[in-house]
Amino acid sequence: MERTQRFRMTPARREALWAYGLISPWIIGFLIFTVAPMVTSFAMAFMEYNVIQPARWIGGANYRNLTIDPLFWQSVKVTFTFAGMSLIPSLAAGLVLAMLLNAEIPGLSVWRTLYYLPSIIQGVPVAILWGFVFNKRFGVLNWALALFGIKGPGWLASPQWALPALAIMSLWGVGGGMILYLAGLQGVPTTLYDAAKVDGANGWHRFWKVTLPMISPVIFYNLVMGTIGTFQYFTNAYVMTDGGPDYATWFYNLYLYRNAFYYSKMGYASALAWVLFLFVLLLTLLIFKSSAAWVYYEGQLKGGRG
Amino acid sequence: MGSEAGLFARQTETATIRSRRIFGLRPGEFLRKLLIEALLVLGAVAVLLPLVWMLSTSLKTMGQVGVYPIQWMPDPVMWSNYPEALSTIDFALYTWNTVKVTFAGMAGVLISCSLAAYGFSRFRAPGLNVMFLLLLSTIMLPSQVTLIPVYIMFSKLKWVDTLKPLIIPSFFGNPYDIFLLRQFFMTIPLEMDDAARIDGCNPLQTFWHVIVPMAKPALGTVAIFHFMYGWNDFFNPLIYLHHRENWTLALGLQGFRQVYSTDTNLLMAASFVAALPCILLFFFAQRRFIQGVVISGVKG
Repeated sequence: MERTQRFRMTPARREALWAYGLISPWIIGFLIFTVAPMVTSFAMAFMEYNVIQPARWIGGANYRNLTIDPLFWQSVKVTFTFAGMSLIPSLAAGLVLAMLLNAEIPGLSVWRTLYYLPSIIQGVPVAILWGFVFNKRFGVLNWALALFGIKGPGWLASPQWALPALAIMSLWGVGGGMILYLAGLQGVPTTLYDAAKVDGANGWHRFWKVTLPMISPVIFYNLVMGTIGTFQYFTNAYVMTDGGPDYATWFYNLYLYRNAFYYSKMGYASALAWVLFLFVLLLTLLIFKSSAAWVYYEGQLKGGRG
Repeated sequence: MGSEAGLFARQTETATIRSRRIFGLRPGEFLRKLLIEALLVLGAVAVLLPLVWMLSTSLKTMGQVGVYPIQWMPDPVMWSNYPEALSTIDFALYTWNTVKVTFAGMAGVLISCSLAAYGFSRFRAPGLNVMFLLLLSTIMLPSQVTLIPVYIMFSKLKWVDTLKPLIIPSFFGNPYDIFLLRQFFMTIPLEMDDAARIDGCNPLQTFWHVIVPMAKPALGTVAIFHFMYGWNDFFNPLIYLHHRENWTLALGLQGFRQVYSTDTNLLMAASFVAALPCILLFFFAQRRFIQGVVISGVKG
């Protein structure tokens, strides 16, 4: 009796069957490519494993070694420094550009296209291009600086300037942020500006009291994604500097890659991956927590946001 | 009559105001916009300078590349740099591999993610909300956490040094695109599904005849962003593809750079050609790009 009832096809069961049928590829993928690897990776972080010999349990030794590994600390320092050096100027530049474009000027779509264009060139081509842009002798950056009477440094060849160079390069992708901020700005109701004007607010006040709060969710989103992105930074560091000179661009993800695929230290690399996960989680939580203080959601007034 | 006089007065008034205007703007307003345009021109010059320099350098002789100050117009124009660059490495083969990885992956993402998004947006089932929360929680998961076991799994399957590790996983969906498509599917009125069902469509037919045509903008966005990802990905090809005959363009270019690091002109030519499909796609599907950035950014 139980059996026949269980296999009766009611419309609700049919619907549930369809739902799970449709999402089943994702469920299978989730198990094979997310759950199982996460469990394995977590365990592997407590092992010594070089792929050829069988894995050996070593307890917390990988994590203990991390704390005394100068290259690990260097990678953390480089990654955080770069986050500060690249995210804040990118944010400012993207915002300024978006505000300029939002001023009802002619040719908006042409400007938008021009500024977004560099973001289209990604990966190795852009790394090769900028490798030459930073050339001390014939690079276009030092040529431009010379127009202002500045003698440019050796950029990627200099331990002092290599990381700032990569930060300058990241400014080239400002178009993506610009488009986001522009969309945010266009969503700010003009009535708010009119009200502010009536109250006697000048342009500066209007920016701080109206514009910035209204687009703070977009800034917030960009900040979270940018921070996470810095921990995944790889191609430019690998192609342009290979972590050098003198470990000046020794990015976290580069060090992880080296441990896993150069030195075959899979256990140690797994520990690095979990520490990376922890960093990303903490940073995301930190930004989320702080967001209550500075991110303004329209939904707080209207109730519910798309 | 009085109103007519009033109208006349107003007309002369507007005429005098207009006479003090430049391009229909008050002088102050005009100056402000002029300043903004000037700033935008300056910014655009700075942004486009590396690109123009890339093109110029790719058409120079090596002797000219080192000339300082920069000679912007190559003389002679070395069109031959392009065929030379493309024949120095096996460009056609790398392009073909890249095309296979990109388009097979795109097909996988489109099929698996749109069906899953359909399941999440249109059906009720016990536990489905939990599933969706699980999906959302993996959006922020850094790939490094799963990277090493997945690599070991593929190497045990003897898939390393084949294109399979770069293609097969995309047929199992990814949380980001499923979420994006689901959000879009939610905006399609349920009445349309009902109408199709009454006409005798089963859920798959409804998906094909109702959802897919309505969701073309969102599907286009997903396709474009996957193209950009697949075409430019360097990390995954680097760890999975070892022999040259399997290399994608990203690896081929990097190999080129390692061996001929001083041939600036040829490297610039090869890099430009490798980036060209993305540039062309951008010019043809510009609106989709801009909308895509906004959709994935604001809603994500």
